[in-house]
Amino acid sequence: MAESAPLTESASVFRTRGITKIYRSGEVEVHALRGVDLDLYEGEMAVLLGPSGSGKSTLLNILGGLDVPTSGEVTFKDLALSSMKERGLTAFRRHRVGFVFQFYNLIPSLTARENVELVTEIARDPMSAEEALTLVGLEKRLDHFPAQLSGGEQQRVAIARAIAKRPEVLLCDEPTGALDSKTGTLVLEAIDTVNRELGTTTALITHNQVIAQMADRVIWFGDGQIVRIDVNETRISAQEVAW
Amino acid sequence: MTALISPLTKKLARDLWRIKSQGLAIALVIGCGVATVVMAFGTLVSLQETRETYYERFRFAHVFAQLKRAPERLADDIERIPGVARVATRIVKDVTLDVPGIPEPSVGRLVSIPERGEPMLNHMTLREGRWVLPDRTDEVIVSQKSADAHGYQLGDPIGATINGKKRTLTIVGIAQSPEFIYALGPGQFIPDDKTFGIMWMGREALEAAFDLKESFNDVSISLMRGANEKDVIDRVDILIEPFGGTGAFGREDHMSDAFVRGEMDQLRAMGSILPPIFLGVAAFLLHVVIGRLIHTEREQIGLLKAFGYANWHVGWHYLKFVLVLSAGGVLIGIGLGWWMGRWMTGQYSELLNFPFLHYRLELSVFALAVVVTVGTVTVGTLRTVMSAVRLPPAVAMSPAPPPVYHKSLLERWGLQRYLTEPTRIIMRNIFRWPVRTGLTCLGLAASSSLMVATMFGLDALDQMMDVYYFQSNRQDATISFVDTRSDNVLQDVMRLPGVMAAEPMRNVPVRLRLGHLSELVSITGIPQDAKLYQLLDINLRHVDVVPEGLIISTRLAENLGAKPGDIVTAEVKEGRQPTLQLPVAVVVEEYIGASAYMSLDALNRAMGERRSANTAIVLLDDTQLPALYDEIKNTPMVASIFLRSTALRSFNETIAENTTQALGFYIFLGSMIAFGIVYNSARIALSERGRELASLRVLGFTRGEVSYILLGELVLLMTVSLPLGCVLGYGLAAIMAEGLQTDLYRIPLVVSRSTYGTAMLVVICATAVSCLIVGRRIKNLDLISVLKTRE
Repeated sequence: MAESAPLTESASVFRTRGITKIYRSGEVEVHALRGVDLDLYEGEMAVLLGPSGSGKSTLLNILGGLDVPTSGEVTFKDLALSSMKERGLTAFRRHRVGFVFQFYNLIPSLTARENVELVTEIARDPMSAEEALTLVGLEKRLDHFPAQLSGGEQQRVAIARAIAKRPEVLLCDEPTGALDSKTGTLVLEAIDTVNRELGTTTALITHNQVIAQMADRVIWFGDGQIVRIDVNETRISAQEVAW
Repeated sequence: MTALISPLTKKLARDLWRIKSQGLAIALVIGCGVATVVMAFGTLVSLQETRETYYERFRFAHVFAQLKRAPERLADDIERIPGVARVATRIVKDVTLDVPGIPEPSVGRLVSIPERGEPMLNHMTLREGRWVLPDRTDEVIVSQKSADAHGYQLGDPIGATINGKKRTLTIVGIAQSPEFIYALGPGQFIPDDKTFGIMWMGREALEAAFDLKESFNDVSISLMRGANEKDVIDRVDILIEPFGGTGAFGREDHMSDAFVRGEMDQLRAMGSILPPIFLGVAAFLLHVVIGRLIHTEREQIGLLKAFGYANWHVGWHYLKFVLVLSAGGVLIGIGLGWWMGRWMTGQYSELLNFPFLHYRLELSVFALAVVVTVGTVTVGTLRTVMSAVRLPPAVAMSPAPPPVYHKSLLERWGLQRYLTEPTRIIMRNIFRWPVRTGLTCLGLAASSSLMVATMFGLDALDQMMDVYYFQSNRQDATISFVDTRSDNVLQDVMRLPGVMAAEPMRNVPVRLRLGHLSELVSITGIPQDAKLYQLLDINLRHVDVVPEGLIISTRLAENLGAKPGDIVTAEVKEGRQPTLQLPVAVVVEEYIGASAYMSLDALNRAMGERRSANTAIVLLDDTQLPALYDEIKNTPMVASIFLRSTALRSFNETIAENTTQALGFYIFLGSMIAFGIVYNSARIALSERGRELASLRVLGFTRGEVSYILLGELVLLMTVSLPLGCVLGYGLAAIMAEGLQTDLYRIPLVVSRSTYGTAMLVVICATAVSCLIVGRRIKNLDLISVLKTRE
C-alpha cells in the first residue's frame, strides 16, 4: 500500500461507536456485539474474520440496515442509521447498499437478467443488467433461470444484482461459503473487480483466512468485539487465492 | 422403556399447533359442510318423526273427498270398499267472519266435530279451553294460528254470516290439527292467519245451520295397512259422484301435507347439494397444506425412514394430521349444525304449528357427517400422503430440486415489456403451478357460486311474487260467491262501493287424465278479452286466451306429461258431471300451483250452462275500502274477498324476517370458504416464498412492493374467479331450483344483479381480510434468519 494514501486520511464511510446488540431468545440473552468502534473508509476492501458467533454477521447486518443496534451509534456518511426507522432503512438498502449472501437468494421464477432488473428497476442510477452481468462474466447466461445455473453462476448473478444499482457499499456475508475453490475464485474475482473498477467500499465476511489477503484491512472478531485490525501491505488478486 | 407419548405424536401435536390458524380456517370450512348436513338432515329426521307421530296420534286420514251433500248412509257404502279402515263424515263450510279490529271480511272454515266423544279421524289437540257442548249451537274451537294472529281469548265473540244469517259465535277452545298444519283460504297461496282461519263446531249445530240433517259434505277415510290407495280413490269417486263429489284425493294432494313434504324435500336438497362443495374445498385445502408440510419435512421423512420407520408409519403420521383437522371440523360442524338445527326447528315449529317438535341429533345423521367428511378428505389428500410414503430415504435426505420455471404464456406472446419484474414473478408462479392455481380459482369460484345459488332463492321468490301478483293477477281483490251465478252478477259487483272494474271467472273442479296419469285440479274460465287476469308464456309474455281448448300450466303439463295437441280427458266434478275430451292448446308459465284454464265461453258451453261465474276479480279504489267491507259483510252471496295488499303484507311479514336471517347465513357460509382458501393460499405462499420475499426486502423493496408479489397473485386469482363463480353459481342455482321445487310451486331460475354483486363483494371482502392478516406477517418477516439458512 506504498503508493496509496494512508487509509485514515480517506473519508470514513461507516462509523460505529460503542455499538452493542443483545438478542433475547426466551430467557437467554445473547450479547452478539459488546461495544464495537469501527470506521470503514471510502473504496477500501475490508475482510471480517472470526469464529462463528463472534459478531461479524451482526455487525454487517447493522451496517446494511437490516438490523439496528441495541445501543451505540452507526452513521453512514451523513446518515445516522442507528436512529432511523424501518422506512428510512428500506430506502437506504434500496439505493445505497449491495448485499451478497452465502445462499444466493435469487428469485427462482426470474431469469438472471430479470433478477438483476428487479433491482435496477427501483434504483436511481443503475447500470444495465447486461452490463452488471458482463462484469461478473455471465454475459452468455442472461436468460437462464436459477435452476439452470451452477452454484457459482448463481452467486455471480447475486453479485451482479448487488452492484447493478452502483451501490456505495457492497456487503458480502460468506459469499464463497457454499462453493468449491474453483468457483469460489470466480466469485471473488467478481467482487474484486467491482471493488477496484467501481471503487465500491466492500466489507466481506469469511471463515477463510486465505481470502483475507485480498483485503486492504483485516478486522478480527472475537466474542462480540474487535480483537485486532491488520493492515495488508499488498493485496493479492483473486486468482492468487486458493484453498 | 418407551415414552408415554410417542415422539411422532408429539411432533404431530406441535405441527398442528404451529399451523393452528390455517388449521382453524380449514376446520371451519369442513365445519360449514358438516353443519349443513347436520342441520338439514337433523331437522329433516325430526320433522319426519314428528309428522309420523302427529299423524298417527291424531289419526290423520289417508283419503279425503268433498261433495255437495250426501246422506249419512253413504258412509256405510264407503266403509265397505276393500282396504278402507275407517270413514268419518263431516260438514265443512266457509263463512265470512266479522272480526273486531280487522276491517276486511275474513273467511272462517267451519269444520264439524262430534259434540260427544272424539272425532274418529283428523282429531285435534286442545291447547286451551274445552270441547263444544251439545245443545250449544254458538260454540267454536278456533285454530291456534288464528288465535295467535288475532289474539283471541277464550270467551271472545266472533261475528259470522252463516247460511245468510248473522250469528255470534263464542270461542270455547283453542286447538291444533295435523290436517291444517298449512291452511290456505280460497284464492290464497300464502297462508294468512288474519283473513283465513279454521274453526271447529259441533256437528249438530252445523247440520242445523246449513240444513244438512243426517247429511255430510266432506268425508275422510283411513286405510288399512297395504291397501291400494289409488283403487280406493277410484271407488270412492264412483260412490260420491251422484252427490256432487269433487274427486277424492290422497295425502299426496292434501295441501297441508304437500306443504310439509315440500319443506322436507327442500331440506333434503339443501343437505345434499351444499355439503359436497364445502368438503371438496376442504379436501383441496388439506391437500395443499399437507403437500407443503411434506415438502418442508422432506429431510425429516428421509431421516425417519433411515431410522427404520416403515413407509406406512410415515404415511399414517401425515394421514393422522388430516384426520385430526377433519375431526376438529366435524366437531365444529356438529356444534354449529346442532345450534342451527335447533334454530331451524324453532322456525318450523312456528311455521308448521306442530304441537311438539324437538330437534334431535340422530346417531345416523352424525355417522353420515363423519363418514362423508373423513371419506372426502382422505381421498382428497391420499395422493399427497402417498408421495411421502413413496419417497426413498436417500432422495428425501437431500434437498428437493429447485422448481423449474418457464416464461409464462403472456410473455411468450411477447407481452413481457408490459410486465414489471414483480408482475412477471406473479405470472410465472401462476403458470408454474397450473393445477393449484386452477383449483384455487375454482375454490374461490365455489365460494361465490355457493352464495349465488343460495341467495338466488330470494330473487326467485321476488319473481314468483311479481309474476303472481302483478303480471298475472292484476286485480286488487278476488271476490268468491257462495255458488255459481249468471254473469249478470257482475253488475251487482260493479255496484259495490269502490269497485272500478270487474271481470268474471268460473272455477270448475275436474280430474284430468292423460294416459295413466291423472291430476285433480280446477279449470278456471277466463273471458277472452280479460284485462285483469293475464296468461303468460315461458318468457313471461302475454298469451291470448284461446277460444277453444285447454290451457295448462307448466307444472300441470309436467305432472300429466302433456304437450300442446294432446287430448286430455276431463271428468268434471260438478253439476251434471260431464266427461269432456279437451285438446291442450297452450302451455303457460305459472310458478305456483298446477292449474288449467279455458275461455269462459267455452267452459260455460262445455258445462251446458248459461254465461255464469263463481268468482269476480276487481280493481278497487282504496279510499272506499271500509265502505266496501261493510257492504260485503252484509252481502250473503259473497263467500269471501281476498285482497292483494293483505296477501303481500302477510308475505312480507313472514318472509322478510326470515330473509335477513337466511341471507346472513348464506353470506357466512360463502365467506368461510373464501376466507379459508385465500388465507391458506397466502400462508402457503408465504411459507414457500418467505425466503424470496425476505431477499427482496433486503434488496430494498418496500413492504408494499413485497406484499404485491405475494398477494397480487391471490387478488388476480380472485378476480378471475369472480366471473367464473357467477357462471357456476347460475348453474348451481339451476340445480337448486330443480331440487327445491315442490308439488306446490316451481322455482324460477332468476338471479338478480344484486345477488351476483353481493356474492362477489363477500369474496372480495374475505380476500381483503385474509390479505390484511397475512400482510402483517410480511411486516414481521425475519430478514436475517431467512438469509442465513438454506431452505
